[in-house]
Amino acid sequence: MKYLDEYRNPKLARQLAHGISEITTHNWTIMEVCGGQTHAIVRFGIDSLLPGEITLLHGPGCPVCVTPVELIDKAIEIAVRPKVIFCSFGDMMRVPGTGKDLLSVKAEGADVRMVYSPFDALKMAVDNPDREIVFFAIGFETTAPANAMAVYQAKKRNIKNFSILVSHVLVPPAIEAILSSDNNRVQGFLAAGHVCAVMGYNEYIPIAGKYHVPIVVTGFEPLDILQGIYMVICQLEKGRAEVENQYSRAVKKDGNPQAIGIMNEVFRIIPRKWRGIGEMPKSGLGLKHEYSEYDAESRFGLTGYRVEESSECISGLILRGIKKPFDCEAFGKNCTPERPLGATMVSSEGACAAYYRYRRIAPNQ
Amino acid sequence: MCLAVPGQIVSIEGNDPLELIGKVSFGGTMRKVNLSCVPEALIGDYVLVHAGMAISIIDASEAELTYQYLKEIDDLATAEDEANEIS
Ligand code: SF4
Repeated sequence: MKYLDEYRNPKLARQLAHGISEITTHNWTIMEVCGGQTHAIVRFGIDSLLPGEITLLHGPGCPVCVTPVELIDKAIEIAVRPKVIFCSFGDMMRVPGTGKDLLSVKAEGADVRMVYSPFDALKMAVDNPDREIVFFAIGFETTAPANAMAVYQAKKRNIKNFSILVSHVLVPPAIEAILSSDNNRVQGFLAAGHVCAVMGYNEYIPIAGKYHVPIVVTGFEPLDILQGIYMVICQLEKGRAEVENQYSRAVKKDGNPQAIGIMNEVFRIIPRKWRGIGEMPKSGLGLKHEYSEYDAESRFGLTGYRVEESSECISGLILRGIKKPFDCEAFGKNCTPERPLGATMVSSEGACAAYYRYRRIAPNQ
Repeated sequence: MCLAVPGQIVSIEGNDPLELIGKVSFGGTMRKVNLSCVPEALIGDYVLVHAGMAISIIDASEAELTYQYLKEIDDLATAEDEANEIS
């Protein structure tokens, strides 16, 4: 497919990797923020093409991973109610709450449906006026415009039997949390291309300056990722710390003004709890007061859930780039994608799940 | 999760800027996509689509620049290989 295949050429990938080794003279540690990039790096073995001086760390960039268990419990609690049709993206269906996951309550008779888009859920509300349609609105900034637009349209078209269970998180606060921690190892970032397609990259400029780290907005195909790494290493080797844009075919500096506009119309910035990391101020989105009637948590009267995380799991350290999946005792033993203990194993884009799928055996250290 | 897929706009319907809908082809597979966030998009443009919403128009000239840059690396490396073979 156009704009995909040409960025997967293996010969070019090797040349680019060679170019990276030519300019690398020091040890450098780079983090890719986005789970989609983590998945591509592990799947295509991009890290194995790189010179030994470069360490790639996998960041917190998967909304499925960082959605707290409490919210999954709430989703299940809503899904089993009579008259409800609960809609979710496919990736969220297998993530276990305290007891069950959405797929198993579906098997027990709850009406749970997988959708590709919040607009599918909204259409379901129009087609089923005697049912309550609830959409599990998870995601980063990439997904927020679509979810915001669905709520905006519901209000404008006076569709009353539609609501969303919101679990929206924001990338820049997570990057700052990583950089400001005492044991931070990250020296450069690949910023998530599709988040920036929506938001642009102005927000990252003060972060690059304050912590003196290069940040390169990067796409998702192997050649994009390699070029992003090349650009970060160039900066590191020269002592620069700027924001650059590898993914210029999709990302403008100011992002997409219409997408930002609809997000700001419907959502406001709130503190959110991230699975594996904990609560961070200003790190997520919730519905604005004017749209609170579309908030599934208040519509179904769900508040005050709290779940303790597994003490064996070190996913919080993995999400912040301090540890890697092989450092965890439970990896592949007590914890597998079928029975995940923590954040980074629950979605295919989590670092633990990607390692489990593509490289079960630890490399010789 | 944040995957967005490039597809080509085949048709556009709707006058209300907030309800612009287009048919988008993903390598032949057609889907309905909300185009409200890319109001300047035209039939034939490629857009990045995520969760049923186009979030960006792919800038063909920027794509060309990136690709040229990658080609140059390839040409350089090929020239290097050839030089090595000759010597
Ligand atoms: S392998 Fe499982 S338990 Fe260990 S860090 Fe990863 S998610 Fe947590």
